Amino acid sequence: MGKTLAEKVWDEHVVRAVAGEPHLLYIDLHLIHEVTSPQAFDGLRLAGRAVRRPDLTLATEDHNVPTLDWDKPIADPISKTQVDTLRKNAADFGVRLHSLGDVEQGIVHVVGPQLGLTQPGMTIVCGDSHTSTHGAFGAIAFGIGTSEVEHVLATQTLPQAKPKTMAVTVNGSLAAGVTAKDLVLTLIAHTGTGGGQGYIVEYRGQAIEELSMEGRMTVCNMSIEWGAKAGLVAPDQTTFDYIEGKPEAPKGADWDAALAHWKTLVSDADAEFDKEIVLDAATMTPFVTWGTNPGQGVPLGGNVPSPDDFDEPNDKIATEKALQYMGLEAGTPMREIAVDTVFVGSCTNGRIEDLRLAAEIIKGHKVAENTRLLVVPGSVRVRNQAIEEGLDKIFIEAGAEWRGAGCSMCLGMNPDQLAPQERSASTSNRNFEGRQGKGGRTHLVSVPVAAATAVRGTLSSPADLSSVEV
Amino acid sequence: MDKFTTHTGVGVPLRRSNVDTDQIIPAVYLKRVTRTGFEDGLFAAWRNDPSFVLNKPEYAAGSVLVAGPDFGTGSSREHAVWALQNYGFRVVISSRFADIFRGNSGKAGLLAAQVDEKVVQRIWDYLEDRPGATITVDLESRTVRAGEGPDAIEDSFDIDDYTRWRLLEGLDDIGITLGHDADIAAYEATRPSWKPATL
Ligand code: SF4
Repeated sequence: MGKTLAEKVWDEHVVRAVAGEPHLLYIDLHLIHEVTSPQAFDGLRLAGRAVRRPDLTLATEDHNVPTLDWDKPIADPISKTQVDTLRKNAADFGVRLHSLGDVEQGIVHVVGPQLGLTQPGMTIVCGDSHTSTHGAFGAIAFGIGTSEVEHVLATQTLPQAKPKTMAVTVNGSLAAGVTAKDLVLTLIAHTGTGGGQGYIVEYRGQAIEELSMEGRMTVCNMSIEWGAKAGLVAPDQTTFDYIEGKPEAPKGADWDAALAHWKTLVSDADAEFDKEIVLDAATMTPFVTWGTNPGQGVPLGGNVPSPDDFDEPNDKIATEKALQYMGLEAGTPMREIAVDTVFVGSCTNGRIEDLRLAAEIIKGHKVAENTRLLVVPGSVRVRNQAIEEGLDKIFIEAGAEWRGAGCSMCLGMNPDQLAPQERSASTSNRNFEGRQGKGGRTHLVSVPVAAATAVRGTLSSPADLSSVEV
Repeated sequence: MDKFTTHTGVGVPLRRSNVDTDQIIPAVYLKRVTRTGFEDGLFAAWRNDPSFVLNKPEYAAGSVLVAGPDFGTGSSREHAVWALQNYGFRVVISSRFADIFRGNSGKAGLLAAQVDEKVVQRIWDYLEDRPGATITVDLESRTVRAGEGPDAIEDSFDIDDYTRWRLLEGLDDIGITLGHDADIAAYEATRPSWKPATL
């Protein structure tokens, strides 16, 4: 019997396999940021241990850095301590760090791919659950806890039980205006937030093949939101074209050798998955969440559901609680929900294509009177590219706030937060209670929906803009 | 991680059940960037009460905590174990531990000794009659002992074989993996040269 892509990559990284014990897995790339690493480095210090492979380790500052005045000292004392600690640890242990002000600084999951460090067939870990983003390149990438960060720093390996594999096949093509974000939100509404538990998921089928690398990253990014250990896409010409020429991509003979290997990284025709899900892209439409987990979503054209729409008692209760927290009435058309803040950014939708798409829709419009639009590039490189293309001017002319790079309002660890009961349309990945600020109400949306919502002030798609005065 | 064979230290009777990790160390104490220094947050809310057991001078040097059932429930924060260790505890005795707490303890080198509920009661009575008395916890023979003569308490405790072995050998997860260093080095020798590096 053949092997799935995930099994191939996994098997290539097993350092030690003993019956009854987890595999010892080699890690090709360890990404680090300021929030989950301090105690890992401190643990090394206490035990007198070194970082085994600083050359396979990369640190950036992203989770709690300010997106305004980033050249000034960080005002929040806890954020400042964490960033200062990362700087000291990186210096003490010889780890490459991209600090505020550096062109490569940004969200760890944007930086890896843009540097060309994320490549097919790798194992990649980071103390952050959205590490699954890197799976878009055909890598096994997953988030780990702080004690595991210490383990990888010290040994470059991780004991891991081999997960099961699942195939999610998305047939057909996405209609114009429907994005990777809508695809993955539709999938999560279909599976629920626990549907992927215990699996490495391979996304495949025509709709996935037709996605750009950035779209594939958006899909893989949200794997964790339906519980999957990791998500990946088989590398193809789209992948190779994206990597070629990036700063850390293989060159010359190395490129040829790498490419020859990458081309073997597909699931064999006779490989068996432990589970399969099939979806039809042609039926998908812009999709938005109404509740407090990423599985609580409906098409933009739909209405806020009622607890009575659900059969399971648990779902009824969850719906009731979510509606209460979100301040929503069952039956309200999603399009009538007024939004205070629109956030375009995060490792889900903070890359250059996302900014281009947002700018294209916003161009010539103004942000609605009672709404603010925050545009936060995923990295300084993305920011610079956008400025080069004049996107910043489009945002600023429309009345948006054009910010520095980082996680920002995705999790509100820096000053970019929602006020209690403030409502956002956010291109990020989590709408948990309080995620974007205490009491904040988050609707997860695609970039086109975010941009159109900023213009109309209520949840909207670009198609709704024809009725808006230019 | 230090090896654990046997430990004799002042026993602290904590007459409470369902001690969750929020009570062991409240969330406001988690902002530190080190693995040490969490002792000030240990049972922080309860320590505001002057009559709380840890505020009594007889128990100041306590190193064996004796608690009611379901110790360490709640969120999985490893800080709960660190706080107990930073304070000076080497052992927690209880009739039932939350799984995650037990796992985190074994990894960090804190002995979670599970005994019968009646034994906990007897140790509580013994310690309260003699504040500052010591308890001996012997991991080799898996026994707890307190006192001598007719009042003496001696009973066995439960701990799984794997965790016991790790504690006896003083092996944390990293130590165990580093024991396979030759395998790791052999793997590294076969990695293709075109794989990316950050330096
Ligand atoms: S952008 Fe959000 S999800 Fe992504 S790494 Fe930052 S905090 Fe995590």
